[in-house]
Amino acid sequence: MTNSFNEFARAKMFMVIGSNMTEAHSVAATYVKNAVAKGARLIVVDPRRHALADHADLHVPLRVGSDIAFLNSVVQVLIEEKLYDQGFVASCTVGFEDLKEKVQAYPPETAAAICGLDADLIREVARRISAVKPMMLCYTLGITEHTCGRNNVLAVANLQMLLGNMGVACGGVNPLRGQNNVQGACDMGALPNVFPGYQPVINPEAREKFATAWGVDRLPDQNGLMIPQMMEGLVDKSVRAFYIFGENLANTEPDIRKVEHELASAEFLVCQDIFPNETTRFAHVVLPAAAWSENEGTFTNSERRVSRVRTASPAPGLARPNWWIFREIARRLGHEWASDSAQAIWDNEIAVLAPQFGGIQYGRLDGDGLQWPCPDEAHPGTCFLHKDGDFTCGLGVFTPVDWTPPAEQPCEDYPLVLSTGRRLAHYHTRTQTGRCDGMNDILGEETVDMSPHDAAGLAIAQGETVRVRSRRGAVCAKARVTDRVPRGMVWMAFHFREANANWLTNPVFDPVTMTAEYKACAVRVEKV
Amino acid sequence: MSEKQETLIMNGQSLAFRTGQTLLEVAEAHGIPIPTLCHLKGTSPTGACRVCVVEVEGARTLLPACSTPAAAHMVVQTESRRVVAARRTILELLLASGNHNCAVPSEENGDWTEFQLRVQAADQTDDLCPAWGDCKLQELAYAYQARSDRYPRTAKAGLPPELANPMIVRDFSRCILCGRCVQACNEVQVNRAISYGYRGADSKIVAAGDRPLADSDCVFCGECIQACPVGALVEKKARYTWRPWKDHKIRTTCPYCGVGCQQWLHVQDGRIVKVSGVEDAEPNRGRLCVKGRFGYDFIYSEERLKTPLIREGDDFREASWEEALDLVATRFKAVMDTHGPDAIAGVSCARSINEDSYQMQKLFRAAIGTNNIDHCART
Ligand code: SF4
Ligand code: SF4
Ligand code: SF4
Ligand code: FES
Repeated sequence: MTNSFNEFARAKMFMVIGSNMTEAHSVAATYVKNAVAKGARLIVVDPRRHALADHADLHVPLRVGSDIAFLNSVVQVLIEEKLYDQGFVASCTVGFEDLKEKVQAYPPETAAAICGLDADLIREVARRISAVKPMMLCYTLGITEHTCGRNNVLAVANLQMLLGNMGVACGGVNPLRGQNNVQGACDMGALPNVFPGYQPVINPEAREKFATAWGVDRLPDQNGLMIPQMMEGLVDKSVRAFYIFGENLANTEPDIRKVEHELASAEFLVCQDIFPNETTRFAHVVLPAAAWSENEGTFTNSERRVSRVRTASPAPGLARPNWWIFREIARRLGHEWASDSAQAIWDNEIAVLAPQFGGIQYGRLDGDGLQWPCPDEAHPGTCFLHKDGDFTCGLGVFTPVDWTPPAEQPCEDYPLVLSTGRRLAHYHTRTQTGRCDGMNDILGEETVDMSPHDAAGLAIAQGETVRVRSRRGAVCAKARVTDRVPRGMVWMAFHFREANANWLTNPVFDPVTMTAEYKACAVRVEKV
Repeated sequence: MSEKQETLIMNGQSLAFRTGQTLLEVAEAHGIPIPTLCHLKGTSPTGACRVCVVEVEGARTLLPACSTPAAAHMVVQTESRRVVAARRTILELLLASGNHNCAVPSEENGDWTEFQLRVQAADQTDDLCPAWGDCKLQELAYAYQARSDRYPRTAKAGLPPELANPMIVRDFSRCILCGRCVQACNEVQVNRAISYGYRGADSKIVAAGDRPLADSDCVFCGECIQACPVGALVEKKARYTWRPWKDHKIRTTCPYCGVGCQQWLHVQDGRIVKVSGVEDAEPNRGRLCVKGRFGYDFIYSEERLKTPLIREGDDFREASWEEALDLVATRFKAVMDTHGPDAIAGVSCARSINEDSYQMQKLFRAAIGTNNIDHCART
């Protein structure tokens, strides 16, 4: 996020797009609701009328996967009606003319047909979001989990730059991160193209610096593989050994049958986890790890805040901290690493090697932690980025993008669109929440959420067990008929193995980010 | 909004304040304690309990500090005889209004034992009240030497507790109707699940037309538990287990979503027995959701992996760390030698600590020699 949670409660206007915040980021949503109670405006853009929409001035029920058409159209109206921040655009951005030209193809009438909206609603949104400044834009996986996910993100950024809502408190572009430490895992360089602190592996100086620090002659100079490519590599044998740390890929990746075929093809699979799960079934070696409250360490939240994690009780049996396990393997490969605690790893390596974290030391993290960038030990941390229009590359660059539909369209055989997400009481594949007393009583099984209209058309009653079928598989679960889901859509989560939506989802990916299209595939619903 | 500095006199001291502050806020800013029961910071004052009353020169009655705006030249007494007497009366009425069976001072007039037995029957345990030692009413009753038997006990004592949901025990017999839970639910979390119901002596906090929480809009965030000053709302999992005098509090960060809420882990005998939100902390200011508050006990599951495992046919056998790690290193080395380092790939964990991800990418880059390291950044 460019901005921080403490700005939410003070914000005057929000646009929340593709984010079921009350369930997936409940506490963040409480701040939005607090602001609304104090008079802030809220526009919710989402195919589903989820609970946050109950607090909104306007709910924009666009068709799944039509976000770019919608956003481009809003931009078109803003430019047409001269409602954008001309001063900010002139002084802090480049590429405005390209954007202007691109969005000419998206007048509200055209976009309305793509989005399944009223053209006037699009105009209304443009007028409202430009009437109050700044507007805070929040999004989640509804934006990224599409084959056009990267373009969605660019379209969102175009909008906020055009409105001059960057570099100010209570504004900005704010993706809420799904997992507690996705931000941190990215920051730490658990990505195929960057070292810790986003230093590119193809940059010779960066390689030189890390090679020296890590005591090796050279470091690999080509970007590595992303998860979907690794998985395919297991089948074509370009990947022979696969090491999965703490992810239940057999349930979380799209098209479970394909994923399990890939995992079964691994010549040598190491799984490091806290529980046996669907993925460890395929392992050759399983390494038992210490869990959350059995470790000292740090997490980094969506607002770039590095906070401490502390030990409450010892790990069971022989389970050991993950960093210890990696260190032991490195030792067996001929590398002796000095750091022998999480604190030593942070203070002596991460803070030294990544300039953003230079001023962050364990000694400064008691209390509320620190938000990076925090370059030196006197720095108080950074609440919001791009202050005074100062973008990392100088000026903010508009990158015009075109709308592309989801890869799989509804058709005669599969007339409905399945979209997926998370529910409040569970987390991902339930390896943790499913083992907490009471959580399964709150939510004990998956449901097939569908509109009253579609349910009536298929003569499906509330609570009736139905089968959902896609080109990849079928699952059975009870129908949950609700007017929060629009006509033509079926909505499911992936918390339960049996009725896991990922038996159905489409393994197609954004060509750049390799994010899967979890949000849209074609299905049909059958009576059983 | 004016930020003008004014002064008033509190307990004989001249104190500066900003216009718009309440007497309670002025007192707090200067370290003068004023007891409160119904006041919930950050929400609108309800004035329900009146235990915060103070004496203001020139005012006919005592005034609630939590809702009285400070004014220039006010002369305020926070612990005068009148104030203390009024507070004692309020506390004694509250004690008599429910099953407050902690050992607050009482005359030995016979009904105490009988009362205890009745409460224990209602609780179905002879354990102490679940809030014993962590109850604001109990604390104030001691401080103001309030007696529990000055007034006749009211009928509310007979209301049975609601146990029909997995997380929250609502014990109406101990509710003092302070309304903090209602504020927490409606103004802090804005879930709008509970409200005041009925009137007068029948007053009760109700969920959607006086139904069990499980059938209401309640999302089990537990904000109301954290707000309840007495034993009327308690965590089912911690009831009768968590005791403040055994408690050791450890601050940590929630393991679920990317908000990164700050939690207190309440540890007893080496086990987490409950979790609460860290008040005034960023980013959550005391708030948690159902996962953060109740999703902690998976770590004690018997199904945890406790020893390294090595595949043998269709099964696994237990192994030592030496053996398992040697095997991993040998197999990796063999792949590196035959197919090159890029034939190895790894996925890190977006749930684990930074230091683990750092260490794993270092293993792949420095020790194996490949950039084939990724994590589920995209789900
Ligand atoms: S648990 Fe949360 S939603 Fe339920 S009544 Fe309490 S505050 Fe309201
Ligand atoms: S349940 Fe607790 S917080 Fe709510 S009114 Fe009763 S005593 Fe107050
Ligand atoms: S308590 Fe809930 S909102 Fe807060 S970090 Fe945990 S999962 Fe997210
Ligand atoms: S705390 Fe002021 S009236 Fe209750």
